[in-house]
Order: sequence, then C-alpha cells, then structure tokens
Amino acid sequence: MADGERTAFGDLLRPIADPPVRPDLISLSASATAAASAAVDPPHGSRSEADRLGASLKELADADARIVFVGDPGRTDPGLALPGNAVRTAKYSFLTFIPRNLFEQFRRLAYVYFLAIAVLNQLPQLAVFGRGASVLPLAFVLLVTAVKDAYEDWRRHRSDLVENGRAAPVLDPAGSGQFRPRRWKDLRVGEVIKVLADESIPCDMVLLATSDPTGVAYVQTINLDGESNLKTRYAKQETMSRLPSITAGSVTTLIRCETPNRNIYGFHANLEVDGKRVSLGASNIILRGCELKNTAWAIGVAVYTGNETKVMLNSSGATSKRSRLETHMNRETLLLSAILITLCSAVSICNGIWLAIHRDELELSQYFRKRDYSGGDEKYYNYYGIAMQVFFIFLMAVIVFQIMIPISLYISMELVRLGQAYFMIRDKNLYDESSNSRFQCRALNINEDLGQIRYVFSDKTGTLTENKMVFQCASIRGIDYSEGKDPSPNGSDVYCVVVGDQFWRPKMLVKTDPKLVRLLRSEGETQEGKHARDFFLALAACNTIVPLIVGTPDPKQKLIDYQGESPDEQALVYAAAAYGIHSPLIVLGILGGRCCQIKIKIRRAKYTYICRITDRGDCVLCMLGCALPCQCSTSHGIGFAFKTQDFWPFLSHSYCLCYRLQLLSSTLTASGFIACCMSTLTHIYGRNIFTCTPGICRFNVLGLHEFDSDRKRMSVIIGCPDRTVRLFVKGADSSMFGVLEKSIDLDIIRATETNLHAYSSVGLRTLVVGMRELSRNDFEEWQSTYEKASTALYGRGSLLRAVASSVENNLQILGASGIEDKLQQGVPEAIESLRQAGIRVWVLTGDKQETAISIGYSCKLLTSEMTHIVINSNSEASCRKSLEDAIAISSKFVTISSRAQNTITGSGSARVPLALIIDGTSLVHILETELEEKLFKIATVCDVVLCCRVAPLQKAGIVALIKKRTEDMTLAIGDGANDVSMIQMADVGIGISGQEGRQAVMASDFAMGQFRFLVPLLLVHGHWNYQRIAYMILYNFYRNAVFVFIMFWYVLYTAYTLTTAITEWSSVLYSVLYSALPTVVVGILDKDLSRRTLLEYPKLYGNGQREESYNLKLFILTMMDAIWQSLVVFFIPYMAYRDTTVDGSSLGDLWTLAVVTLVNIHLAMDVFRWNWITHLSIWGSIAVAVMCVILIDSMWFLPGYWAIYHIMKTGLFWLCLLGIFAAGMIPRFTMKALAEYFMLNDIQISRELEKFGNFNDFTGTEISMSTFSQTHPGFIR
Amino acid sequence: MNNVNGSVVGSSSGSGDGSAPRRNSKRPKYSRFTQQELPACKPILTPKWVISVFTLIGVVFVPIGIASLMASNDVVEIVDRYDNVCVPPNMTNDKVAYIQNNATDKTCIRTLEVPKHMSQPIYVYYQLDNFYQNHRRYVKSRNDAQLRKRSQANETSGCDPEKRTIDGAPIVPCGLIAWSLFNDTYIFAIGNKNLTVNKKGISWKSDRDHKFGKDVFPKNFQSGPLIGGAKLNATKPLSEQEDLIVWMRTAALPTFRKLYGRIEQDLNAGDVISVTLKNNYNTYSFSGKKKLVLSTSSWLGGKNDFLGIAYLAVGGLCFFLAVAFTIVYLVKPR
Repeated sequence: MADGERTAFGDLLRPIADPPVRPDLISLSASATAAASAAVDPPHGSRSEADRLGASLKELADADARIVFVGDPGRTDPGLALPGNAVRTAKYSFLTFIPRNLFEQFRRLAYVYFLAIAVLNQLPQLAVFGRGASVLPLAFVLLVTAVKDAYEDWRRHRSDLVENGRAAPVLDPAGSGQFRPRRWKDLRVGEVIKVLADESIPCDMVLLATSDPTGVAYVQTINLDGESNLKTRYAKQETMSRLPSITAGSVTTLIRCETPNRNIYGFHANLEVDGKRVSLGASNIILRGCELKNTAWAIGVAVYTGNETKVMLNSSGATSKRSRLETHMNRETLLLSAILITLCSAVSICNGIWLAIHRDELELSQYFRKRDYSGGDEKYYNYYGIAMQVFFIFLMAVIVFQIMIPISLYISMELVRLGQAYFMIRDKNLYDESSNSRFQCRALNINEDLGQIRYVFSDKTGTLTENKMVFQCASIRGIDYSEGKDPSPNGSDVYCVVVGDQFWRPKMLVKTDPKLVRLLRSEGETQEGKHARDFFLALAACNTIVPLIVGTPDPKQKLIDYQGESPDEQALVYAAAAYGIHSPLIVLGILGGRCCQIKIKIRRAKYTYICRITDRGDCVLCMLGCALPCQCSTSHGIGFAFKTQDFWPFLSHSYCLCYRLQLLSSTLTASGFIACCMSTLTHIYGRNIFTCTPGICRFNVLGLHEFDSDRKRMSVIIGCPDRTVRLFVKGADSSMFGVLEKSIDLDIIRATETNLHAYSSVGLRTLVVGMRELSRNDFEEWQSTYEKASTALYGRGSLLRAVASSVENNLQILGASGIEDKLQQGVPEAIESLRQAGIRVWVLTGDKQETAISIGYSCKLLTSEMTHIVINSNSEASCRKSLEDAIAISSKFVTISSRAQNTITGSGSARVPLALIIDGTSLVHILETELEEKLFKIATVCDVVLCCRVAPLQKAGIVALIKKRTEDMTLAIGDGANDVSMIQMADVGIGISGQEGRQAVMASDFAMGQFRFLVPLLLVHGHWNYQRIAYMILYNFYRNAVFVFIMFWYVLYTAYTLTTAITEWSSVLYSVLYSALPTVVVGILDKDLSRRTLLEYPKLYGNGQREESYNLKLFILTMMDAIWQSLVVFFIPYMAYRDTTVDGSSLGDLWTLAVVTLVNIHLAMDVFRWNWITHLSIWGSIAVAVMCVILIDSMWFLPGYWAIYHIMKTGLFWLCLLGIFAAGMIPRFTMKALAEYFMLNDIQISRELEKFGNFNDFTGTEISMSTFSQTHPGFIR
Repeated sequence: MNNVNGSVVGSSSGSGDGSAPRRNSKRPKYSRFTQQELPACKPILTPKWVISVFTLIGVVFVPIGIASLMASNDVVEIVDRYDNVCVPPNMTNDKVAYIQNNATDKTCIRTLEVPKHMSQPIYVYYQLDNFYQNHRRYVKSRNDAQLRKRSQANETSGCDPEKRTIDGAPIVPCGLIAWSLFNDTYIFAIGNKNLTVNKKGISWKSDRDHKFGKDVFPKNFQSGPLIGGAKLNATKPLSEQEDLIVWMRTAALPTFRKLYGRIEQDLNAGDVISVTLKNNYNTYSFSGKKKLVLSTSSWLGGKNDFLGIAYLAVGGLCFFLAVAFTIVYLVKPR
C-alpha cells in the first residue's frame, strides 16, 4: 500500500510544466500499481504475483481487450454492440408475460401432465368428463400463479425504472465541455461522467480527475463488498492535468481494459494519453454501487455499463429455488405415475382380453351392440378394433385416474405456504424493535426447508455482531480498570470540544471507569496519572483513523465520527476521546469574526496526511498548496502556524491534540521528498515554534510504522511537548511480549498477562500497548534509516519493516486494552441452540483471521477445549500439504475419540472438538480444484469452520462445496452485499435487514432483523412448516390414491370400460372441495409441539434433518394404508349390495360419502391440536360433501336423480358407512397406538410431556425431563 | 475550491439523522390467532384411550352384526334360474337362433316350492348375470332431456347408436338402455289360482314424477333392423311405463336384480307356485343368465349374510385388540 501511495505522489508531484517522462518514474508507478492491486486483491483466481505484474506491464492484447475512447462513445462502440447502462432485473415484459410465464409454469412437470390430460379429454373418443370439468382446475391454478408472478414482476419493474431513471451529469459529446444530466440507462461506454459527493456511481468508471488536487477520491463500497469504511481511489495525474483538453476532446485518450469480469478487486488496463502509456489498476476504477464520499466530485469515463458492471456480474440473477421436500415429492410423484400407468395398463389389457374373449358376442349383446344401423349403412359405433380399443381405454384410464397425481396439492401447498408465511411475519418473536422490521418472506416456496437445515453459513460483521466495537476495559501498568459505567444519556459527563458556541462530542459514547477518570483529571503529576495519559495518548495516536464532523439536529452540537478501516482502532480512539484525549486533529476556528472551517483530511493511505485549511471568504489558509502546489513549502507552513495561534484559544477544554502531519513539498522530486518533509516538519513544528498552552498539548507525529501481519503491531513516533521523542507501539499480545523489556516491570508484565487472559476469556479482543522513550541518538539513527527506507525505490516495504523492527524493542509496558466486538443480542445462546439442534454453524467473513477467531470465541462458536486447525497457505502445494496434515490430525482425533467412545459408555461427548480456520488465500488454491474434496473431508469432520478473508464469490464457493457433495440442507445468512452470492447459492438464504444496505435482503429468501431470530425461525417455524407440509403432501397422496383405487376396483366390474359410479362432478370436486380445506387448515395451523417445548429442546429439530416426517418408507406405508382403505370402501358396499336392485348412482353416492368421510376422519385422527378452526374445517368439509352430493342428486337431468334420498332411507346404507369407518381405520389406529407406545421418538415423548408434564409442575418439569431423556436413549440421538 | 467547501457542508449535514421522528411501529399486534396460541385440545393415544376405543367399537358392532344376521336369516328367498331350462332340448346347441326366431313360442313353465312362510309383500325380481348395465357405452347411451319433455323429442345427443331411425326420425326413448328393455314376462299361480302381481309403484316416484314426462310417448321405438328387447305401448306416456323406468335406472354391478312386481299375499311353506314365463330376452348371445327371484324383505333389505358377518368380524377383532393391548400394557408397561 505504501508503494501505491508513492505512486499517487509521483503523480501529484509531476510538475505542471510537463517535463519529459522519466523512465524510472514510469516503472515505479507501474510496479506500484501492480503491488497495490495485489494488496487489495484478495485473490480470486490463482494467478501468481509475477503473472499479475506481467499482466499489468505488458500490453493487453487487442483481441481480448476493450478499447475505450475517452469522451467518444461513438468511436468506442460504433455498432452499439456494448450494452447500455440500463439494468434489468424484471423477468417479463408486457408482451412476453403470457408466453414466458406459461413457459415458466409449465416447467413444473405436473402442469404439463394436467394439460395433456385436459387436451386428451377434448378428443371425442376419449371424452370422459365434460369439457369444462376437466380444464377448470388447471386453468384456475395457472391463473392464480400468473397473477402472483405478475405482481412480483411489476414491483421489480418499478424498482428498475427508478434505478434506470436516475440522472448523472455527462459530458456533452458535442465538445462544449459542459456536463448535462442524463438518465443512467442512457449512459454509454466511453462517456465522461461526473459524480458528486454522496452520490452513487452509475457504472464502472476509470477515474480521470477528482476535486482533490492529488487525484484522490473516497468511495464507500458497502453495497459491493459490505465494508463500511472509506476506500481511496486515485485519478492518474496524467489525466488530471489534462482534464480540460480531454473534456474538450482535443487530446485523444484511450483506455485498453480487460473484458468485463466479476472480480471486484482486480482491474487491468492501460491508459494512453498523448501517446504516453500509463497502466491502471484496481485503485483507479470506481465501481457501480459504490458511493462517493468526502470528495466534492469525481470525473471518470465509463468502461463497463449495465449488466457488464462488476456489481451486476456478481449478483448472478435470482435463481428460483425449489424446496427439498418438493424435490422429494417429485420423486414420489414419479412413483405415483408408475402406479397410475400400471393401473391404466392393467385396465386396458384386461379390456383387450375381455374384448377378445367376447369378440363374437359383441355384435348382439344388448349392452355393447357394436353396430350403428341408423346411418343406413352398417357402421361400427365407437368401435375401432381391439388394438385401438385397448389404446383408447388406456388413455381414458389416464383421464379417469388422473387425480392419482394430485393437482390440488400444488394449490394447497401454495396456500399453506402463504398461511405459514403469514404466521411467520406476524410472529412477535421475529420482530426487531431496533430496526422496526418484521420478518419478511420473500420466497414463498421453501418454507419447509427451514425445518431441515444442517449447515448455517453466517457472515460475521453485522450478522453475528452489531458491527460496533466497544472499548470495555483497560489494564494500565498492571492495574485493571474494568468497572466501566455507562455514560449518562445527555452526555453531560462527556468530554466535548468546545468550538466557539458549538460543542463537538464523539459520536459514540463509551463506558468510562470512574477511577480512571479521576486519575486522569488529577492535577498533580502522579506516576499513575502520567502512565494513564501515555496509555491513552498511544491509543489516540497510534492509528489510521479519519475523523469526520457530522451535524445533528441541534445546530450547537456536532458529532465527531471517527472513520477507519479497523473498527478496533475506532473503538480505541473513541475510548481515548471519552477519557479526554481527542484524536486526531479536528479544529474549527473563528477567524476575523467569521466561522472558518478547517478540515484536516487525513489520507487513509497510511502515514501521509494532508491538512487543508480553507475559508469561504477572503482568507485562505493553505497548509498545502491546493491551488498552487509549487508555492507552498515553508511560507504556507508559517501561515498555518500564525493563523492557528489565532484560533487556538477557542479550544478551551482540557484535551490533547495529536498531530500527525507530514508536509508535502511539490518542488521536490520523489526521491528527495521524504527528506524534505522531515526537515520541514522539524522546521515548522520543531520544538521551537509551538509552546504548550495550558490544557492543550501538541504532539508531532514524526513517523509511523504501519501494521503488517508479520509484526502484528504498529507504532508511531511522536515528538512530545516536553521535547522528548517517544515511540508508542500497539499490537497483538503474542507479538508484543516478545519486544518488551523484560528486565524491568516484570511484575507489571505478569499482572498485565493475567488481565489479558481474563479479558480474552470473556471474549474481548485485546491489544497490548508499549512505549519507549527515544534518546537523541536513537532518534537520529532511526530518522536516517527511516528516511532512507522510505525513499528507497525498490523493496521499500521490507526496508520499512526492518526499520520498524529495529526500533520496536526494549519497550516499556503501558498496558492493554479490551475491546468488545459487540455481539448482537443473544448470539451465543442462538449458536448454542443451533448446535444442540445438530446444525453446524460456519462463519465466513472478510475480516482478518485474528478478528474472526476472537469473534468465534465471544460468540461461543470456538471454545478453549477445541483443537484448532489453521490453514494459511499461499500456494497450491502448501495448501495440499496443510490439508493433508489436517486430515491426519483430524483422523487421529476421530480415532482417539472413537476409542474413547468404545471404552467409555459411548455417550459421544468424549470426542475432541475440532475447529478449522482457513483463509481466503488458501481457498483460492483449493476451491474449484481437486483439493476441494480434501477440504470437504476435513471441514465436515470439524465441528466449527471459520473462513476469514474470503471474497464474496468464495463464500458462494464454500456453500457450493457442501451443497455439491451432500444432501444436507444449507442456509446462508448475511447482511451485506458481499453475502449476496452466498445467499443465492445456499438452499435457504436469509438477509439481515438493518445496518448495511438492502442488497442482501433483496437477494434473500427470508429477511429478518437479528441473527438470534434464526432460532425461533428454524426450531419453531421451520419445524412446524416442515412437519405440516410433509404431512400435507403425504395426506394428499393418500387421499387421492384412495379415490383412484376405489374407481379402479369398480372398473374391474364394468368390463374394464372406465365407468364411474361416482359422478364426474364429485370426482372433480373431491380433491378441490370435499377434502381440500382441512388439509390446508391443518397445514397452516396444526402444531405437533408447542413453541416452548421446541425452544427448550433443540434436539427436536432433528426430526426435519433426518427427514422423519416425509420419506419413502412413510410414503409406501401411506400408500398401503390407502389401498386397504380403498378396498374397505369399495368392497363392503359391493358385498352388501351384491344381487340387489341397487343402481349405479346410489352405490356411487354411498362410495362418495364413504370415501370423503373416511379421508376426513383419517385426517382428524392425525391432527395434533384441535382448535375451533380445525373442527370447523373438518366437520364442515364432510357437511359440504354431503350437501353437494344431495345437490347433485337433485338435478333431474343427471342420471342419479334422487338416488341419495332413496339410499339414505335404508338401514343398509348407514350400516355400510359405519362398517367402512371402523374397518378402514382399524389398521391405522392400531399401528398408531403401537407406534406411539413402542416406537418412541422425541416428538412423541415431548408431546406427552407437554400434556401430562403439567401435572407435576410443582416438582418441576425440568427434572422429570432430564431423567426421562436419560432413561430413553431414543430421545437423545 | 468552492466545490470543496460545498462538499464539506453537504457531507456534514447529510448523515445526522439519528433522532429522526420514529416511524410507525410495525410490531405485530398480539392475538392468540396470529401467535398460533389458540386454545386447543391435544389428544394423545394413551392406553386408556386405545383400549376404550376398541372396546366401544366391539360393544357396538357385535350386537349390530347379530341383528343383521338374524334379519338376513328371516328373509325367505326363492331363486330360479330358467334361461337354460327354458330352451327346447333340440335348440340347446343354438340358443341364439332360438331366441332370435320370432316364430317359436317362448312360453316356459316353471314350478317353485315355497320353503318357508313368506309374508307379504313378496317381491318379484328378475336377475340378470353378466349383463354389463354399467358398461361405459351402455350407461352413456341415453338422453334424459328427451325423456322428460315432449318438446325435446329431437334431443337425441348421446344416444348412439340408437339415436334415429334409418330415415332420420328421432327415436323416443332413444339410446341403448331403452332399446335393450327386458321383455320376459311371468304369470304366477298356486294350483289354479292366479297370484296377482302388482306392477304399480315398482319404480321410484321421483323418476315417475320428474324424470319421465307424462306427455312423452314412445315414438319410432324398436323400429330398427335389430330388436333389442321389449316394445313399448305407444299410447302410454313414459311416466307410466314403469318397467322402462325401472330398467333405465342402470344397475351398479354386472349381476343385478330388477323389481318386476309385488305379490301382495302371504305364501305358506310348501306352496307350489307355477310360473308361466315368456322367455323372450336374449341373454344367450353373451352367455348371460336369467333368474327369477321371489323374496321377502327385512329392515336390512334382502337376504345377505355379509354385513352381519363383517360386523361380527370387526367387533370381534376390536375385542381381541382391546384385550391384546390390555395385556401389552400390563405385561410391558413403559
């Protein structure tokens, strides 16, 4: 990054006079860009460093490059072959809706089937039902679904319209040099676009210039990768300086860039301006979806537009998901089709045989009469020979038996899911108070998947945590200060900066320890007080924070918002501010009676900070030349010094200001730059000019050693008011204890270590702070090496590291800090519940490893007894090796534990838990290679998997890793745009609505406010949904099968000619009206267990994971039951009415009523909870069926006229019904009684506990439950 | 430079909405319904329940079974198959030719002995075996509109193949069902005394009143080249042609009985009834059987032991299960 920085400076320092390009500078900038892109590019794709370097240096081949003529879209894209910037997420247009929607719907195989049947039925030879009766159900289903789809798409259209209709100022191509607003959708590649502060970027653009003279632009990439901190992007000085000629079109500028790809961290291109070629990297491009911040404007040229932008390429369109249960259901549907075909074949073959046997009799038998004489010539009536007859009978049989595959099931399922969604949305336990958001069901067809989850992939930041680091406690010189008390809400005891009549206070309030506050306030220079001040000075100084002033509704009050890459540093700075040490400099002064805003812009690009003091009026204070960079140097520095003295007294409170300033001088070449800076610094800020006014101390930052992961610490060298030079170091405890001076303060180090252990055991993130006073010699020695290192052309990074290492030693310990990454409420408990429920929680985060691990501890994902397997590798070979090692380790542990299990009673708890920690760099080499298999093997053995530094698509890759190899259901939960791909990849995607944007929510299937809602969602609603839908599907199969079998048995007695005793209207209404409502009501309302029980015993969730409510065995049992019941329904009346005068209609009515009542009784028997709605629907359905049968038999034009009245008068009818109910239900009832008694499962036990456990409430259900579960091994699996 | 200032002001005022007025809360309103906490009863199959349910079914079913068996036992039924015996011995090889020959006399005399006292009314049925009145092409071949209204005589749709005569005139009643009307007749006598058979009211009143029109008369009936069965008296409206009405109520099963009439006097055990029948109906072409049945009736209908046995079986099974479960619960309690 340091190198990248230098590049920018190189650009900045390029004289306006445009000197000839020096070759060394060019190569510097090229390699720097490459390094910069390597640093920001968490590598997707496995190119090596050298490759990348080469790629950026060598020309992109014209064939696979896109050539963009800046400001000339016509030449860039003469044939309009490139897509416009319009974004389209909607599926249908007005014209394509009907065909496309029908096509989509008929992708459900079942619908094709029903359509085919309806078409068949229209053929005169096959017309079994009336035309309307056969088409109506399908038409109804299609219509309902189409209306639903149309509504959803209309909403997408609207949001597209809004997005595409936004305006952006575009350079007038006519050459006037003016920017004119244009709608986003009309933007084209090659156009020059201006983006203003806080606006979204309309397409991927290469920066040409920004409002900042150095060419910096800050962007927030929250929508892209979920990181909320500002990132710097640079415009090349070549384009900055020539902006007027570029916009005027007088200079031909062209950009060769790679073809669109989805890598948001990489960009390879080169820029040719005036024949000069400069290479561009990821730091020169701003991407659609980002927002410009802290930069007044930025001008760029569009290189990728519309669907080719990286954000769109990354949001691979929403794939329609299908629930697992529905997939299984399709399997069973195929089985049913097989049964159906068997039945139809049986009927048609039997019919063929019958025809063959009775061939000679057909002519004269009255009931057949082959010939039709009425036409004069004798022709056959409806007879086409045996073969054709068999064929027709087969097709007719398909039509008659079609409801074997239940069409109503699809409607019922939609309705049930709708109802379930209603209850999930209305559940007050899923309502988030803080964001005022209800649960959202965005996908309506995977409710039941919530009950079968085995893997949860969770984002960390904003999902597990609130994304707010909070300073909790400090250990200063071995003394623990952790009695923090919350600041009073009105902020009266908060240190404020008083600026004129304004109060500035930190945006975030931190708990302060009163003892420590007293210590800091104490006037007398006690030793403890001095140490405490040093400690907080270190916290305030040793960081890379950008302060921002934020307004509040109260004009007198402003908030100081410390922004930075690291939330830990933010927390530390806030803490220092809470203890009275504000950092770094933010000053508002009053000059000449007018308010003058001084903004210290601190470039996050590490150790360079540019101060710019501006005035709206006549007085311009330029610390650094903005307008005239070459004239600044010392004179401006003096100006600053002079003016600051003017407003300095306005800052009256007791606080310290830490300056971290380094001056730029534009007269210098790159190599001489730092040296000059340093001397200027000494000259201006040197201990001569500034004196210490009471309460305000000034510290000069003389140097800063940035953080790197080898040293795991950062340090800053500060010139203090007392003329000493001190080195402050903060870092991870592991790295700090090595560089502490052990000879002194040993007891303090010990005490600090104890405190650290205490902090980390409660899940706090710890940092150790040390200090060393540099002697004059030390300082000078450091200064010279530092200058040399920082001006070195090659290997600067390692040189600087060496300098840092050499100076960071013999430190005196100051103390340690404990920061809480504030977990969301209830996260550890939620994770514990999920784990008990047999769900594996994986955390995938973009954070660095240490952060990820400490969060892992604080949310109880990782525990201290776990064995960690860490994989950090840079190459494929080392990945392979570490994976193999990991497998060896894990298998050792597994064998140990299995042995332990054998020797000990086998309770399963003897297993050593394993945790796998792997980073994104390793994953680059593993994902999508053959190493995946190994990773899968090891990951599934581990109890916990933590992936850090992973890119969005890698998250999806990890989900895919599991999804591809197992049948287990995956769930991804996240809140940022970087989680979108993961959310879409997983079987169930959940978006956390709230802090970071809406992308995750838009891509998700369900959205909710808090991570902890996952527990009620999965354990309660998921369980219920699964159980309900599973039962409903089985029941629907059963219900229709009974009916079909009854018809089939009858067909055997009609010479196999598909006569139905049951009227066609009853056939159609059977599954739609007679028995549909109860299934829907039960599917929505029935609960096997109460919410309380399900939450109390998460193990019960295993029911869904093991697919206990719906599987092939249950299906077969249900089908056998269906056959038995159909036999009873058919043959009891058959036997009872044999050799009587009974007519077809009467017997048909008996069968209808018998089967309707029987299936409803069957359902009633399986209902877990009877409330009034259940009662109403079940008994109501039977009543409706009776009424319909009566109504149908009251139609004089139907053959069955009045039959029901006649048959209902006979005792035989009622005895048959009664007998059918009893005989039909006995097997099921017996099986049920036996199963509930002998084949105990968790659910059954819990149900009984729920019902009877209440009796001994006084003795405590807890106790009885635990003894229960011990005595019944079935309960705990 | 102005831009810079602008941006500073813009950014500092842009993001300070911390205390914007609270929006309306979307907190779901509490109700027992939405929280799925409606009062409900949770039945669980406890041993007590299981045993009592089985016992209850047993207690109800066994008596019903016994009663049904007794009722079936009380029914006296005389069945006489006559289709074979009524063919003259010289024609047994070609029964179809015999039956199709209009010239031969089809009269046949059968004697039946009353085994037990039969109290009136004694129902006279004819029973056809293997006659698929539920055959698809047969069942569909009728038009109810035509039967009901005189004005709709032309309405013969669905009546194939017996729709119209060769010259295109509509047949009333049309269709295979009417065409194949049964046409055997029976005359009963004990000794020399004729038994009157009441043929009034053998059909459903609902059919007579609403399904078969009082002003609809048979037209062009049985005028085709193939005669299916009985001819109808063209002067009597359909609503009075009770044999047709009975016949048109198609049977559910291929073996069925149709009511021929009622004998409204008691018959004593040992009475010998002589039946003079006209064996007109052709069942020989499809090896169907014809039977004459005289039967009394009970509250449960005709003679059929099945239901009684079934009830006894189910009741017995339930008792057995009740006992079995009791033993299981006692021997192997949880």
